[in-house]
Amino acid sequence: MAALTDLTIAEARDGLAARKFSARELAEAHIAAMVRARPLNAYLVETPERALAMAAASDARIARGEALPMDGMPLAIKDLFCTEGVLTTAGSRILAGFAPPYESTVTGKLWQAGAVMLGKVNMDEFAMGSSNATCAHGAVENPWRRPGDNRPLVPGGSSGGSAAAVAARAAIAATGTDTGGSIRQPASFCGIVGMKPTYGRCSRWGIVAFASSLDQAGPMTRSVRDAAIMLKAMAGHDPKDSTSAPLPVPDFEAALTGEIKGLRIGIPREYRIEGMPAEIEALWQRGIDWIKAAGAEPIEISLKLTKYALPAYYIIAPAEASSNLARYDGVRFGLRVPGQSLDEMYENTRAEGFGPEVRRRILIGTYVLSAGYYDAYYLKAQQVRTLIARDFAAAFERCDALLTPTAPSAAFALGEKQDDPIAMYLNDVFTVPVNLAGLPGISVPAGLSAEGLPLGLQVIGRAFDEATVLRVGGVIESAAGFAARPALPPGDG
Amino acid sequence: MAALVEGRTGAWEVVIGLEVHAQIISRAKLFSGAATAFGAEPNTQVSTVDAAFPGMLPVINRHCVEQAVRTGLGLDAEINLVSVFDRKNYFYADLPAGYQISQYSRPIVGKGKLSLDLPDGSSREIGITRLHLEQDAGKSLHDQHPTLTYVDLNRAGVALMEIVSEPDIRSAEEAGAYLRKLRSILRYLGTCDGNMEEGSLRCDCNVSVRRPGAALGTRCEIKNVNSIRFVMQAIEYEARRQIEVIEEGGTVKQETRLFDAGRGVTRPMRSKEEAHDYRYFPDPDLLPLTLDPAWVEGLRRALPELPDAKKARFIAAYKLSPNDAGVLVGEQSSADYFEMVAKGRDPKLAANWVMVELYGVLNRLGLGIERPPVSAAALGELIDLIVDGTLSGRLAKDVFAAMVETGKSAAALVEERGLKQVTDSAAIAGAIDAILAAEAGKVAEYRAGKEKLFGYFVGQVMKATGGKANPALVNEALRRKLAG
Repeated sequence: MAALTDLTIAEARDGLAARKFSARELAEAHIAAMVRARPLNAYLVETPERALAMAAASDARIARGEALPMDGMPLAIKDLFCTEGVLTTAGSRILAGFAPPYESTVTGKLWQAGAVMLGKVNMDEFAMGSSNATCAHGAVENPWRRPGDNRPLVPGGSSGGSAAAVAARAAIAATGTDTGGSIRQPASFCGIVGMKPTYGRCSRWGIVAFASSLDQAGPMTRSVRDAAIMLKAMAGHDPKDSTSAPLPVPDFEAALTGEIKGLRIGIPREYRIEGMPAEIEALWQRGIDWIKAAGAEPIEISLKLTKYALPAYYIIAPAEASSNLARYDGVRFGLRVPGQSLDEMYENTRAEGFGPEVRRRILIGTYVLSAGYYDAYYLKAQQVRTLIARDFAAAFERCDALLTPTAPSAAFALGEKQDDPIAMYLNDVFTVPVNLAGLPGISVPAGLSAEGLPLGLQVIGRAFDEATVLRVGGVIESAAGFAARPALPPGDG
Repeated sequence: MAALVEGRTGAWEVVIGLEVHAQIISRAKLFSGAATAFGAEPNTQVSTVDAAFPGMLPVINRHCVEQAVRTGLGLDAEINLVSVFDRKNYFYADLPAGYQISQYSRPIVGKGKLSLDLPDGSSREIGITRLHLEQDAGKSLHDQHPTLTYVDLNRAGVALMEIVSEPDIRSAEEAGAYLRKLRSILRYLGTCDGNMEEGSLRCDCNVSVRRPGAALGTRCEIKNVNSIRFVMQAIEYEARRQIEVIEEGGTVKQETRLFDAGRGVTRPMRSKEEAHDYRYFPDPDLLPLTLDPAWVEGLRRALPELPDAKKARFIAAYKLSPNDAGVLVGEQSSADYFEMVAKGRDPKLAANWVMVELYGVLNRLGLGIERPPVSAAALGELIDLIVDGTLSGRLAKDVFAAMVETGKSAAALVEERGLKQVTDSAAIAGAIDAILAAEAGKVAEYRAGKEKLFGYFVGQVMKATGGKANPALVNEALRRKLAG
């Protein structure tokens, strides 16, 4: 039998049901892996006692024949999710020492479904970033290495700690959040599956807000089936989040029929961006061939406004963030750096509490909402956003899902692109439009770059049609047969 | 119609618009389930939503929406079936999120109107520009510590309606009348208790002056005035100040000012206090608020009779003067009280008793009519005793005073104190005979033409009968005897 830390959720579920091992053993194996993976700096807080206590409860339920859908599954939780009594800092100094007196709806649902909490994982500060290189608590390393090159690579971001932990077998799965690609891009960089559900599918209650109209929680797993199982546990209407959709949650796992015959899959012309590496182009073509072989029909479509998505996103997201982050003022929780006056206390606290990328986005956001600039920037960006959503809607009149690359490159080295925020923002070029339109998207590992690093393909679906996205993603996953493993942990843990 | 103010260089017209912040009567806050009771211990009515903890989200309180819509309907205003919540961004220690959720470009209620009752009995219409929903901020307490400010978040997130008038008001008196009328409507609707001392009704005044008929002048906004008297004083002062500035060759600067109630003056806020760019934008945590027209219609149908309609009915049905009717309908409870007293009785008599005797007692005791010392039913019984001749008007007043004091019924007091009016002609005649016999000198004077002594004799007879003699009978008998 494979190591317990190599199992997927589906496999572990079967193993637990067949009493091949206990939830406690599964938890212990993952706790040990978590400790071994410390050099990656993925975990900010380890909660082994809690994990063991939750595993014991799972074992008791399993023994009674009352196993829950996620019973015994040891998860890493992105530090953006508020976890009751457990340090939650959103990867920022400004929330130093903050242990919320409440549990986010999504993590609460996972615990309700029997999942086990291993700890909180690192991320770009306030989910702003695509590299995890600027975390307040130190950079996260990608468990992958370029063969023959031991320089650390970034795991992507912002859910970089989640992706690194899952890829390094230090968690069976993790929660992520995706505002402009923060689940899908790190999933692609780390060779795992990452799904951003439709906006409104998962409650945002108790998730530290970055950009409220774009933020969405989702699963990060090592298989499409696991994403389906975990999403089912995370999703559902929450009266505490006015933007959560009052819709029933389908059985996503049941949608994984492997059957996509007759589906029309859109290939957006505008995603062939200038300067895209040939290997990404080639991978995309392979993906097209796979779905064609599976009986689906690829059709070229146009998303004319794609090139405006990134600029619109980098106006809307910072605008919302500048307002969302105003509450970190040193008055009620987290860091306070005193001053001679209230204004001075604000200035001292926020200057010391926020890192450079967060400060940059607060400045941009404040600027684009200011009197005299609002119409030219924020309002215009919202109009562009509406048109982008319309573009997608028109495309979905002709096809059932879209297939694109997830990111324009494989993982880059720690330190690369650090001085060029624009180059960093380009990482999100294929993922951002999906957030602007509020659609579901999944990144599935589909191959390796010439440098031997994982590359993902993205499937995008209609709003609330995660089932089709997962089904198509599952077909790509099978066809790709991605079996490569990261350099870390060395050997089979 | 417009009251002009005489300046050194001629007449000026004062132009006033009011922005009223009315706290909605609701057990819970606008976007959280926390309680809203006034006067609770600091920071005991605060949820993690109100304190803007990370990841907390607002959820609109349906009851507050209902209250705003009912208020809009009460102001005869357009109800906007789709409205939007915006964030008004600024930093302050008692504003936990760093923004206030308000409604900027798409308020829940649009144009409406309010009718002012003027002292001469006429009325004048004041336009309502809009009504929108917003959260209140917390309170900063600067006087609890020598160097630190304390923050009380009990009020943070409490639902307010901001009700904005058109610049249709022309004098401090009209501003006072506007506020009284608005408060009356809010109380009838039960949407705001109108209690200015507790801060549940606060007023910003926009004041400018101009030559009659000229274009609007530059306005100043006087922030957060918390009584009707202060509003009137502030406007009075501010209009005078602006006139003086202009008459001395200066120009009025558009600014925000504060009213110093102690000195009765307005002064500019420090420029830092007002230099805000609020960076309004739609709150992405909340969907546009959509109302079902049928629901709004249901609320409209269920509205209570409001002051204007009630006043018209009182004038028509009870033949009251517009002034009396206006006074009685000012508060729902006084109107109800009056109607209970007037039921089956002479309405004019009932109105007099309520407005003169009862109001006198309430004023003296500092009580409100919601908890009257004499119930409407008890006052009605007293009036019945006047009408059936048991009590004279004078005696009735004594009985009423005793009712206030003892809480006993009129009938019981009449019985107990033997206050029943003497209508026995023989008894009255006997008393008159005795007086006239004892006052032979005065009788002679009277008969010699000093007729004003008549009142003296009446007084003596009443005194002799302990005030119980029926005055009409006394007059008649006395006149007869003196003539004879």
